[in-house]
Amino acid sequence: MSERTISPQHAPAPAQPGDLTDALVATDVWTDQMLAEAGIPIVDVPFVTVGGGIGSFVTVDYLRICGVPTSAMRVLTPLRTPWESYEYLTTVSQIPRGERLRSDSSSCPDNIWGFPSYAIREALQGNVKQAWNVLVEPIFANYYTPKAGHAFESMEKEMHRIRYPEMVVHGQVRMVRRRAGGGYFTILTPPEGATPTRRIAYRSQWVHIAVGYPGLKFLPDLQRYRTEHNDYSKVVNAYERHEHVYERLHQRPGTILIRGGGIVASRVLQRLIDDRDARGLQTQIVHLFRTYVDKPHGTGILKRRKGADGWAYQGFNYPKSVWGGQLKQQVRNSEGAERKRLYEEMGGTNTPVRRDWQEQLRRGRAEGWYRVMIGKIDEMEPVGDLVEVTVTTPDQGRHVGTFDAVIDCTGLEADIREHRLLADLLDHSNAQRNPVGRLDVQRDFEVTGTRNGGKMYASGSATLGGPFPGVDTFFGLQIAAQEIADDLIRAGFAQKLGPGRSTSQWWKWVRNKQI
Amino acid sequence: MLPTLNGRIQTRVFLLAVVGSIWTLLITPVLPTGTTLAASYGATFSVLVVTLVLGVLWEFVYHGIQQFRWEKDWPTLFGLLTGIPEGLLVWFLFAGGVTWIGSLPGAAFVIHFASTWLIVWLVANGPMRVPFIHWRINGGRLI
Repeated sequence: MSERTISPQHAPAPAQPGDLTDALVATDVWTDQMLAEAGIPIVDVPFVTVGGGIGSFVTVDYLRICGVPTSAMRVLTPLRTPWESYEYLTTVSQIPRGERLRSDSSSCPDNIWGFPSYAIREALQGNVKQAWNVLVEPIFANYYTPKAGHAFESMEKEMHRIRYPEMVVHGQVRMVRRRAGGGYFTILTPPEGATPTRRIAYRSQWVHIAVGYPGLKFLPDLQRYRTEHNDYSKVVNAYERHEHVYERLHQRPGTILIRGGGIVASRVLQRLIDDRDARGLQTQIVHLFRTYVDKPHGTGILKRRKGADGWAYQGFNYPKSVWGGQLKQQVRNSEGAERKRLYEEMGGTNTPVRRDWQEQLRRGRAEGWYRVMIGKIDEMEPVGDLVEVTVTTPDQGRHVGTFDAVIDCTGLEADIREHRLLADLLDHSNAQRNPVGRLDVQRDFEVTGTRNGGKMYASGSATLGGPFPGVDTFFGLQIAAQEIADDLIRAGFAQKLGPGRSTSQWWKWVRNKQI
Repeated sequence: MLPTLNGRIQTRVFLLAVVGSIWTLLITPVLPTGTTLAASYGATFSVLVVTLVLGVLWEFVYHGIQQFRWEKDWPTLFGLLTGIPEGLLVWFLFAGGVTWIGSLPGAAFVIHFASTWLIVWLVANGPMRVPFIHWRINGGRLI
């Protein structure tokens, strides 16, 4: 005790009491005493979810429906709403509220049953065409997908129904450490001035980690261009705000280089062409594919994905059966190299077939303002107001072109270590990496190696490569939530969701009855 | 739907046995069978049993077809339209006297079979998920 009371005098003038000490940072397993000595107050709650995005939301939603009271759970988050971060990413990548996502009709983060699905709800509100769409898709229509706004508004309704705001505590989670004697400590840094101490420790038996994408990783050529030329406006990544690129095209005609063959490239192309059509712009588009897909492709007659004109086509970001059917079962029963092979087989950048996109690109090709190149960017140089780009093509050597802007639509995700909390788990809590390098989880989404009396779970993008592939999707987060809830039901924390309870809870959902 | 072979068979048996039976109980008295109620029930439940037993075999065929789909899914429309070949086969078996019971009049058969198929298909495409929350992520398995 005496050691601690004098330590502030030696420390570099801490602004607030109750901060982490070097001893805490360096120690893997903490005792209650260590926190008391550091002056960090402890809050007891059985279940803590870290992140507060859609992953936390659907997990808490599931547990609330399984009868867990709000007092038994806390959501530690810097976000104002569960969809805030997701909405930022969809908006900048050109899916504002009025546009449609790439998500199945019955993947409803506001409704664990997926019934009535988004399409049926739209039909009930008068848009009967959407019910017809889900009846005949994908044979006679493109897959139905919900509008982004529809997903957010319905989540907002569910958020109030389950009294989610009562569980939210704002702040940044710095780390989760195991507790001597069982359970975990989750260290929260509340907003400045919100609490008397700099940190608060949540002592819980269960922790759920759902921190979303560890970060965005830019391709080396993009990073190099930015570092060397200090230009962040002419070469942009589509996941960053880049509205100025479109605005500049409104002022004067320009040529844009698009890179990538995924959904974001599709949406950015649509935005450019929509603007072209609506405003009579003269925008020229050059589209650079690294891998050009000109026909159906795959590893055999039973594994053949459609493709044409450069693109690999797939309705959603995984083959559909990963969310419940054959592929889900197959990956669940695989380990190590076999699992990695299955991920590779279904991997690769792809985009959905949408009739409006097909029409726009067909027109662009015919009229000559949409051209395709195959190759890799070697170098980018600013030349006055433009960017000079050197591309190496596989069969025609190097090409040089100048563009008003380069929109990089590749979406590489950073290593999990880029996220401080995940790095801390690898360094101090014995968390492991899975065959594709992300956080290893068990079938019940327990983080491998971290068990300590209670359990630590994780869901979302950080766990990609595990026994369930579709983790970074709406329905994937719900499937993870179900596995976690089932495990917590076995542990006695939540009530079983058998046919009776499930039906009565669904009926409450239908009536929007608060629980 | 995203069925596995096991899930297909379980769903088929469960839905025809439960939803199909309840519906058959309700609709048989009003079918234009032209015979006694007992004989009508005998005929309609025979149709149901034959559809169920043959259906298990059909599921192997559908599972085989599904293997040629990249997504390994079974589109909603397929679930509805497969009622046509299945219904025709059951009808030919009854009309040809292959089964143990006398044939139903055509109109009664069509009303019974088509309405049962439609209801089972509707239940499979939504309401089934309400009591059985694990069903859709387990490839249609119930146990």
